[in-house]
Amino acid sequence: MALMRVTSPHTHNRQTTGQVMQLVLLATLPGVLALTFAFGWGTLINIFLAVIFAIALEACALKLRKRPIKFYLNDYTAIVTAVLLAIALPPYSSWWVILVGIFFSIIVAKQLYGGLGYNPFNPAMVGYVALLISFPVAMTAWPAPIHLTPDAVSIPNLFDALLIALTLVERPMIDGFTMATPLDLVRQNDSLLLNDLMNEYPQFGRWSGSGWEWANLAFLAGGLFLLQRKIFTWHTPVSMLLAIVIMSALFYDGGSSASAGSPLFHLLGGATMFGAWFIATDPVSSAVSNKGRIIYGAGIGVLTFIIRKWGNYPDAVAFAVLLMNFSAPLIDHYTQTKPYGHNNSK
Amino acid sequence: MRKIWDIHGGIHPNENKTQSLSEPILPSAIPPYLYVPLSQHIGAAAKPIVQVGDKVLKGQTIASANAAVSVPVHAPSSGTVFAIENKTVPHPSGIDDLCIVIETDGLDQWRERKAVQDFNLFNDDELLSIIRNAGIAGMGGAGFPAAIKLKSSDSKPIDTLIMNGTECEPYITADHSLMLEQANDIATGLAILAKIIKPKTILFGIEDNKLDVVSGIEAALNRIDFSAHSGCTTDVRVVTFPTKYPSGGEKQLIEILTGKQVPSRGLPADIGIVCHNIGTAVAIKEAVCLDQPLISRITTVTGEAVNRPRNYHVLIGTPVSFLLEQSQYQADLNNRLIMGGPMMGFALADISAPIIKTSNCILAPTEAELPTPPPAQACIRCGMCAEACPASLLPQQLYWFSQGKELEKLEQHNIADCIECGACSYVCPSNIPLVQYYRASKTDIKQREIDHHNAELAKRRFDARQDRLIRLEQEKNAAKQARQAARKKTSPPNEKLPTASASAANADAPATTVKAEHDATVKAAIERTKIKKATLSAATDDPVARAQAKREAQLAQDQSDPEAKLRRALESAQQRLEKLQVKLAAAKDSDDPNVNILEAGLEKAQSKLLSSQQALDDYKNASLSND
Repeated sequence: MALMRVTSPHTHNRQTTGQVMQLVLLATLPGVLALTFAFGWGTLINIFLAVIFAIALEACALKLRKRPIKFYLNDYTAIVTAVLLAIALPPYSSWWVILVGIFFSIIVAKQLYGGLGYNPFNPAMVGYVALLISFPVAMTAWPAPIHLTPDAVSIPNLFDALLIALTLVERPMIDGFTMATPLDLVRQNDSLLLNDLMNEYPQFGRWSGSGWEWANLAFLAGGLFLLQRKIFTWHTPVSMLLAIVIMSALFYDGGSSASAGSPLFHLLGGATMFGAWFIATDPVSSAVSNKGRIIYGAGIGVLTFIIRKWGNYPDAVAFAVLLMNFSAPLIDHYTQTKPYGHNNSK
Repeated sequence: MRKIWDIHGGIHPNENKTQSLSEPILPSAIPPYLYVPLSQHIGAAAKPIVQVGDKVLKGQTIASANAAVSVPVHAPSSGTVFAIENKTVPHPSGIDDLCIVIETDGLDQWRERKAVQDFNLFNDDELLSIIRNAGIAGMGGAGFPAAIKLKSSDSKPIDTLIMNGTECEPYITADHSLMLEQANDIATGLAILAKIIKPKTILFGIEDNKLDVVSGIEAALNRIDFSAHSGCTTDVRVVTFPTKYPSGGEKQLIEILTGKQVPSRGLPADIGIVCHNIGTAVAIKEAVCLDQPLISRITTVTGEAVNRPRNYHVLIGTPVSFLLEQSQYQADLNNRLIMGGPMMGFALADISAPIIKTSNCILAPTEAELPTPPPAQACIRCGMCAEACPASLLPQQLYWFSQGKELEKLEQHNIADCIECGACSYVCPSNIPLVQYYRASKTDIKQREIDHHNAELAKRRFDARQDRLIRLEQEKNAAKQARQAARKKTSPPNEKLPTASASAANADAPATTVKAEHDATVKAAIERTKIKKATLSAATDDPVARAQAKREAQLAQDQSDPEAKLRRALESAQQRLEKLQVKLAAAKDSDDPNVNILEAGLEKAQSKLLSSQQALDDYKNASLSND
């Protein structure tokens, strides 16, 4: 055998990017199951369609860019992007909504910037925001949790859910099917004390939104699993959650009618945990140093709260992440690490 | 127990150390030919002091240290100098370098040695010169001349001496087996080091995967009164710490044992620390007590492509192939041959390359053991490299800047502090050969510095030339003015100049006088030209001097041959006339307003031509009539 001429190191821990992405997919499982229990089969259908579209569009883009298709599909990043976008979309989204979202995620946000590793913005969030701005009605039609759905409305089974997504059947009685989310209710409330509001609307659960709180806890579990596997460091998610806690504590004002909701309500409401552990931790578009990631995460947390409280959108994580994506290079510039041997210099 | 500190980052690759430890150190056989490179250390290559055909004895100096930072080279065994020529040497780039090839005679006959029982017979300077003359360069891997590291400096007093028995690289057990089998030699070497350095603290650092050596080392150290040798109270401690790569790097070990960091671009001596490898201590002991120079070392031969992995006591210059054969090497299974460990070793291009003073391991892995790296995927900036980096750098950012060749950014992100340990590449999930990028970028930065330096030199040369030209011009003007002033003073306006009167006299004088005078002038001119040429040929690299010389030579020639001068004047007048005619024609075609001026110029040139023609004819007639 001819001797190989390669430079050191000659050994490797044999972990690949594809494996990292598979772990991320695995970690979304508890959250996806929680969402499915709470809101029905819609989330799974979202994921199914999004993954198919993502693989197809990624392959097309690679073909046009004359890149090896199988090699790049094997890194699983397109699938991760698809799953994350699908989770963020309202369950039972129409196929064309998903397709447009995936197009913006894969083609515009990722491949047009040069593919994996070169995208300045989180692809899933670009797709989400593009949809939110383009189709606000479809994007805010979030179904009510199953146990709150009026008896008159039958919950679609898996096959029906697929037919709904493919727009082959009518969406069942849209008004009975969807409800204002708890975040919406709190934002729009200006007459009831927070406790009264939570008692009046069944969408609220024990601490936050009914169904939502369990999904959030499930995503938290998935995130902790990834943290334990050292897929990312604690800096971004912890600082983001801490910032949300601090901001919501500041503006809680004891639960008056002007209150923005308790810290627990925000921690377990909306996309907080999903955003903290699965979106903000996207390494490509975040800050690089640990110090930088603390600032980056805190920025997302603060912006999330500000947009939830004073903005006009159902949730704020996507905008907060994109705004901090903008800031990442600046943060990097000011948060370089201090290497060995530079600490004891005056 | 002494407090230990942790370093940032680090990795835990499979150690693979047990394979080569199953058998004791074996003295390797003497190969038929030894290939001893002249540069096995950091610094200038040694200079051969033997000739082809010379008989050499084992331990005889065959090349001497050639500079301040250099060490001599000795014959590893007795025999004949077969050749002094370029051979493949162990080097990452696979280059050839000058080697002394010794054809061994198998007798392994030593030169005369003077063993001493007590090294205290020598004073510090004598010890340093013994260490230097024994050719000892750091055995840990870098190969820095040991004597230079030991030289005391009043501005940087050393209070801590660190013995590096870490050996953090996977597979390698050369130091491990040395500590197992030669603890007493290590302790004696350490005592000699203590005598020279006089440290208050000696820390013997060992990773906790080698706990089996600790009791032996401690017993050996306890036998020696270090305070007596160092002349001050010296605290000696064996310190074990958790196994983690790269704890054995000098800077990392210093932080683990003392909590201090060596300043960037600085030396351990800057913080009062000096660090030596245990192999160096053994080499020092052998040099001082046994009068044996560094001609052999312990080398681990391991990997799944050898059937008998073990440690060898091997002569410097032994071809790797010869060593591998003794371990039953299976070439067909071997995918790459590594000198050093799997993290920082380099792939050998040629199996015939020799073992040198820094060769601690020959690793012959199979494809399954160390597979061919898969193609690199995109960097997703996951940051695993930054978590692993023992220098606390941001490898993902360095990679980004390295791809774009942004050298300023790389320097700003402290690429110079990268120790090339390979931890970043090891953990990179995208299999990016990060260290390779950093090496290339470091070379680019070095090249840019050289280019800057050269550009600066060129600019200085240019400025100096400009200054010189201005100065010459000024000198010329000053001389001219001085001449004019002198002329005004010495010659009243109505009196003719001597030369003028001479030429006036020429016109009236008889032909013979003219000829005689003319001949004299010619001779004088020839002499002048000769002198000028002689002085100027010495300084022909100056363009100004060259131009002056040409002009002088022309003048001299003119004086010796007036006809040539006249002819040249005629020619130039003709050329000028032709040029003017062309210009005039062009001006007339394009209705140039300068036509009148040009016509006047043409007339002038025509008259000049005529007059120079006249002058030439006159001269010819004159010389004809003279003859």
